[in-house]
Amino acid sequence: MAYSVNISQTDSDSESDFEDMGGSKPGQGTFRFIRESAASTQRCPESLQMDDFRGCTGANREDLPFTASGHMRDETLDTGQRKSLQRHHWSAATLKVLSSMPSRTAGINAVIPKYARDSSQQPQTSSHDSSHHSKPIQADFVQEQMEETSAEEKQLVSNLRGLSVSEAMRKLRATPLSLADKMRVRRLAFRDVDESSFISRNIPCYRRLGVYISRTWSHCLFICLSVLISLQLWHSPMKILSGRFGTGVLSYFLFLRTLLLFNLFLFTINGLFLVFPQAVNPPPRDPHSNNFTGLELLTGTGYLSQSVMFYGFYTNTTLTTIPAAYLFTIAIAFFIICIILVYSMSKSFGRSVQVLKSNRNLAGNIFCIWDFKVSKNTSVRLQSEKISTQLKELMSELTSGEDAKSYTLRLCRLMVHVLAWVTCLISIVLSAMAVHYLSEACITQSPFKDTELVLPAVVSAINLLLPGLFNLCTWVENYDSPSVCVYVSIFRNLMLKVSIIGVLCFRWLGRIAVEPVKHGLQCWENCVGQELYRLLLMDFVFTVLYTFLGEFLWRLFFKQVLKRNRKPVFDIARNVLELIYGQTLTWLGVLFAPLLPAVQILKLFVLFYMKKSSVLLNCQASRQPWRASQMTTLFVFLLFLPSYLGAAVSVIYTIWTIKPSTECGPFRNLTTMFHSGKLWVQQLESSNTLLFWLSKAYDFLVENPLFLFLVNGFFLIVIYVHSQVVDGQRTIVNRLQKQIENEGKDKKFLITNLQALYERSSLVPPNR
Amino acid sequence: MGTTASQLGKDMLSEYQELTFLTKQEILLAHKRFTELLTKDEKDLPNNRVPMERILTLPELKSNPFRKRICNVFSTSEYKDGGLTFEDFLDLLSAFSDSATLEIKSHYAFRIFDFDDDGTLDCGDLEKLVNCLTGETDDTRLTPEEMRQLINNILEESDIDKDGTVNLSEFQHVISRSPDFVSSFKIVL
Repeated sequence: MAYSVNISQTDSDSESDFEDMGGSKPGQGTFRFIRESAASTQRCPESLQMDDFRGCTGANREDLPFTASGHMRDETLDTGQRKSLQRHHWSAATLKVLSSMPSRTAGINAVIPKYARDSSQQPQTSSHDSSHHSKPIQADFVQEQMEETSAEEKQLVSNLRGLSVSEAMRKLRATPLSLADKMRVRRLAFRDVDESSFISRNIPCYRRLGVYISRTWSHCLFICLSVLISLQLWHSPMKILSGRFGTGVLSYFLFLRTLLLFNLFLFTINGLFLVFPQAVNPPPRDPHSNNFTGLELLTGTGYLSQSVMFYGFYTNTTLTTIPAAYLFTIAIAFFIICIILVYSMSKSFGRSVQVLKSNRNLAGNIFCIWDFKVSKNTSVRLQSEKISTQLKELMSELTSGEDAKSYTLRLCRLMVHVLAWVTCLISIVLSAMAVHYLSEACITQSPFKDTELVLPAVVSAINLLLPGLFNLCTWVENYDSPSVCVYVSIFRNLMLKVSIIGVLCFRWLGRIAVEPVKHGLQCWENCVGQELYRLLLMDFVFTVLYTFLGEFLWRLFFKQVLKRNRKPVFDIARNVLELIYGQTLTWLGVLFAPLLPAVQILKLFVLFYMKKSSVLLNCQASRQPWRASQMTTLFVFLLFLPSYLGAAVSVIYTIWTIKPSTECGPFRNLTTMFHSGKLWVQQLESSNTLLFWLSKAYDFLVENPLFLFLVNGFFLIVIYVHSQVVDGQRTIVNRLQKQIENEGKDKKFLITNLQALYERSSLVPPNR
Repeated sequence: MGTTASQLGKDMLSEYQELTFLTKQEILLAHKRFTELLTKDEKDLPNNRVPMERILTLPELKSNPFRKRICNVFSTSEYKDGGLTFEDFLDLLSAFSDSATLEIKSHYAFRIFDFDDDGTLDCGDLEKLVNCLTGETDDTRLTPEEMRQLINNILEESDIDKDGTVNLSEFQHVISRSPDFVSSFKIVL
């Protein structure tokens, strides 16, 4: 009754010597494996040795890998070892040792105590015909395992006792034990807390205060975090979406929610410090004010232009601090948004870009590729198909290597690429010029009465149609890798939007703001604010149209007319860029229309529900894989760099250099808006000496180039030191990997020599 | 110490909340969904164990190719039949929740992918894993050559000590380089 392991002869490439043992009997836990081997050894030692002897016939007994010199002869030894390993049967003792190696039991250590406990209490119920000899051995072994693991448990309990209660709970929560085990550990660890609480009263006073402060601080932080985490806006719609479409589409809706929170923040700050004080002390009403008509909601003129919505309402006659409040509120809001954006960008950049990663993270991709959130049956099947396609493509790419494309084919593809790029660039330039000429025409013609909605409509139409053209170009170009395709279309779309916003900014800040009287405007800021308001609304209207036409009607068309069940794919990149565009407009317009964030909030709210129903009804999941975290990093980056920075630069330019209009607004008689800030500081200086010194320090430090130069130099040195540290760590990681490889070889060497020694000693007795 | 199916005591609720990564609302929702799985007679018994077939009727697990492995990993049953008590169910949801740490998620992911429960991922485990990922139908499955090459590539990248298997530390090292893991290893009720 020898214990034999079913070693599958895989003659192929596997350089692994030990895989045969572990995977032999699927479904059995290691524990029963060990028990059986231990039991069988005791039962019939001689027959085991005889069988081993019989099994060794194919082996070259002389060709033992044990060398006197002690170091392995690498090449020949490895192959010799491999062959000898495949022919030998491992002894039970070797198997037992191998299976209980720490590296293999790390994962299931937590489980063994319960099994050990249970099996020691009840008799063995395996199908093996175990005699009563086996019981004391397995009880011993069980005892041994139990002692090992209860020692670990004792270690855990003593660790927990050393920490404070909340930290200990956090650590216990993060240990991979079952809930019942955790409750037991907790009771053991904190059983003595009540008894030893009187000891804590003997902590000296000065330390007690520190302990108290740190405890309350960590408690507060924890509460804040849990409040943020439980911000459950739109929780169940998002769950439905992720169940059907997975993480890719979900990232769009998460981005939408993030933008909503930004706008809510901006609106709250503006509302509290700016809108509310001025609304409570309204300026005297203009006698020619018009009555309210519905169209004005769309154009922003008339009644609305006199309301708290736009810049013209605010004045320093009723409340003298309004100019300073206006300036500082906007400035501080922008500053805080900058900090939030930089922080979230650095966090998501750190998550998605690994400095030490290898070129191809295939293993990581395989282990992380399955999206457990997807629950609908068809979506699961689609996901499997997607994964299968991806893997097959990857494997064929690896086997065939770089395709040796013919020269003409490559030239052809290059021509197609060049043509597509030229088309896109020409279309972008043409559309920018069209917007420019239209705006010039609007300026030179009638002063902004009839043609108000034309410009926004044209801009939104361009934004709607041209990305379709870009998608067509990428489809014609037929890129090899889908991620390159996505990046190219994002880039083209971004170019379009940047150029259009650039042209519009030139129109507002370069033409209207500079010569307002020439265009017959009393209040150019109001005009700019209204234009931005109209652009935002038109953008919303056209998005609704696109959702309706592009997705709903498209699906109907395909179904009824072409009789095919092909639904359109939700274009995540394009929709996210639309959101970023809308947010840029909001940020540009906040200076001129403080309530614009409220409009954006309403728009995003409606957009969420509309897009959600459209996606669920009309779209299908994409067949291309979508790397959610890298795309999210890219989108946050795009939100920061062109969008926020561009808006911030134009706002700063407006505040710093442009002369505010003389007949409306809180900055009426000043040269620039920034001037009001200086005046206010001067006022405070005269009343307060501390601020006097502060402003002197500001003049000395910030406006002195040497100081800025020193600060920049310091930051550059810090960056250099960090990059050197990263390089050093990379070298260390490589060395450690080599060392682990060598340790693995040592392990193999030791095991095979042990086995050889055992065989030699087992072979000797029959000869004697 | 078990929970009666009808009600969850306040102190039990706070203890569960302290020991898992779930919030109180999530625990209550889990309790509600769990009691829906019990039959009328079972509802009065304390600490009962729902068999695997009934757990697998939950919509979140029904189509998941790893559903049986998940039940087996989180089950504390002596008969290893994959039945879950309410506390096992909470363990499951905690490991798959939003706020679980990367350590916990990678630990349980490793155990789920270890199909033969031997503490390492060898060729057989990896092959079963890829088959689960690619689905049941013949045209989505990989051919044996493709499978072999894929497994070789995976082992080449992740097996640092070159013993032919991926153990827990190597698995966690690979996972730490993939940013998508935390967001994809999630199940929400």
